[in-house]
Amino acid sequence: MRNESRLAQGLLHKIEELATEETNLMEVCGTHTMAISSSGIRKMIPRTLRLLSGPGCPVCVTPAEDIDWIIEIARLPGVILATFGDMVKVPGSASSLEAEMAKGAEVKVVYSPLDALQIAERNPKRRVCFVGVGFETTSPTVASTILLAKKRGVRNLFIYPGFKLIPPAMGFLSEKKEAKIDGFICPGHVSVIIGSRPYEFIPKRFGIPCVITGFEPLDVLQGIWMLLLQRANNHPRVEIQYRRGVTEEGNPCALASLERVFVRCDSQWRGIGVIPSSGLGLNQEFADYDAKRAFDLPKPKPLEPRGCICGPIMMGLKVPPDCSLFGERCTPQTPVGPCMVSSEGACAAYYKYGET
Amino acid sequence: MQPITNMERPEKILLSHGSGGRASRRLIEEVFLKNFTNPQLAPLDDSAELPLKERLAFTTDSYVVKPLFFPGGDIGRLSISGTVNDLWMKGAKPLFLSASFIIEEGLEWELLRRVAASMASTAKEAGVEVVCGDTKVVEKGGADRLFITTAGVGRIWSGVEVSGAGAKPGDVVICSGTIGDHGMAILSRREGIEIKSPLKSDCAPLTPLMERLLKETTGVHSLRDPTRGGLATTLNEIAHSSKVGIFLKEEEIPVREEVRGICELLGFDPLYVANEGKFILILPAEEAQRALRALRSHPLGRDAQVIGWVEEEPEGVFLKTRIGGTRPLLMLEGEQLPRIC
Repeated sequence: MRNESRLAQGLLHKIEELATEETNLMEVCGTHTMAISSSGIRKMIPRTLRLLSGPGCPVCVTPAEDIDWIIEIARLPGVILATFGDMVKVPGSASSLEAEMAKGAEVKVVYSPLDALQIAERNPKRRVCFVGVGFETTSPTVASTILLAKKRGVRNLFIYPGFKLIPPAMGFLSEKKEAKIDGFICPGHVSVIIGSRPYEFIPKRFGIPCVITGFEPLDVLQGIWMLLLQRANNHPRVEIQYRRGVTEEGNPCALASLERVFVRCDSQWRGIGVIPSSGLGLNQEFADYDAKRAFDLPKPKPLEPRGCICGPIMMGLKVPPDCSLFGERCTPQTPVGPCMVSSEGACAAYYKYGET
Repeated sequence: MQPITNMERPEKILLSHGSGGRASRRLIEEVFLKNFTNPQLAPLDDSAELPLKERLAFTTDSYVVKPLFFPGGDIGRLSISGTVNDLWMKGAKPLFLSASFIIEEGLEWELLRRVAASMASTAKEAGVEVVCGDTKVVEKGGADRLFITTAGVGRIWSGVEVSGAGAKPGDVVICSGTIGDHGMAILSRREGIEIKSPLKSDCAPLTPLMERLLKETTGVHSLRDPTRGGLATTLNEIAHSSKVGIFLKEEEIPVREEVRGICELLGFDPLYVANEGKFILILPAEEAQRALRALRSHPLGRDAQVIGWVEEEPEGVFLKTRIGGTRPLLMLEGEQLPRIC
């Protein structure tokens, strides 16, 4: 047996000893859902343990209204839309960026918001709109891009502000208590930026253990074990398993750029609802870069797909195989709901890794 | 029944229809197989076996790779080795190729010279002759710089009977080397990515390696080169054509550190990334050591490895993960990366 497999067996043994009662753990982040599915963890842990997927897939929680808006911007003559690849297939009410591309819209898939800045500089007569979707991992790079654009006097770059914050969403789910959540596997990458402090209200107010966890399969197993240990000792708190990337205070430089450019606002999460202070909009100083202001378009009236249960899935109330569309009418090729489109979506993870 | 969504049915060809995965399969089945039905095409192997007195294999492929020159190769080298390798995957020694060029107005003369020279040297390496060809020039915007189509004829090696439907319980699965090199080498040079890495495409004609292998071993059941759709898609095609279960050990699949790194950075899975100079070999377990020795004796097969085995059921491909879990490994859905070959 190789080393990794032996370590995994050891951790599984410890988990089995502690998993004596029904326990629901939520992996908030989509990357964790993928890691859990791709390494087969769900089938290795005791039956008493349930791993629930949370709202931590940025594409999944972007409301249809935003998608419709973005599609309308892409349709405008002379506009270049720059986006991360994940957004291309997401269905809005009546179309998707992929369908618009086939019809001739100019949509560029980029790997960094700085690429959008470069596109804007190379095409000074065109308006370039970057789709700003993501959590605290993505928003600092966009903040830096805006600061750079301002410094270089670039006026034809706009950001569609769809950024969201993770801790308020976790607080919202804990408060609502619709799903019984006995522990949070907190996101690793988001926590590299924000540190561990923003989660502290969760164990304090709701008594729910939190462990910030890395993305290797062994990280996840260790994270699960640490959560069970907190429960066994009846001592809920925020612990960092992902020590090699996360500190208590986070990344001060990234946090400062967020502070400089954005302001907190209420935000609509697809399938979940409006969560107070869970979004980021551009502040007054940078309002000229706000695509919603620059492209004065009528507010869309979004239609949600019928039968799709992405919302309850992201709230930990259901799992993808509970959905009647899952794997039948809704597949990654013909996605109905956003959780099937995104490479980090719970439905895509279950489908891709055959957990039906 | 009420529509579940008012999303328009996509009535146009999308990039994912060229991915080599499930969408490509649907395109081929719904458009082409409906119009062309014959026993030579039906197995959908890499080459067709022609019903002539002599056992000949025949195949064709188009090349639209972007950029035209990439680390480890170029469209010319790719257009020869891709077709040569498709012939070998039917157990056929390539003999003659054709080459057709669609050239966009404005392409530099010098560039075409370099591509032709690269084709000539690759053909020499592969032991084939380009015996006929065609050129068409289209107006600016009518194509993207240069597209090449090659076709090839080869003679099937005496006694060799390989097919995607040939895998049997008790066989082992051998991979001839590291996977994902070609796809990630191309990606690292795409506009807007610019990753500095020593990674090179593995694009090469497999002739010297295949000659050694077929001389040294008998009873090869399946041969496939995992190009578009990668290892996972290719093995799924074999598993379903052969109606068997293929089990892989994740830790035995050779992947370069730099390929793993770029994949992780950009959200790709190496098991679905395109390869060019690699192939999958399925043969009885008792032949495995002989095959490995033959492969490892040549630089192109230095990293060859037994990566899995074949069982009677359940039908499909299954991955034993590094930490000891098991999960199904499905075909590529959607598009991993357009214009990779």
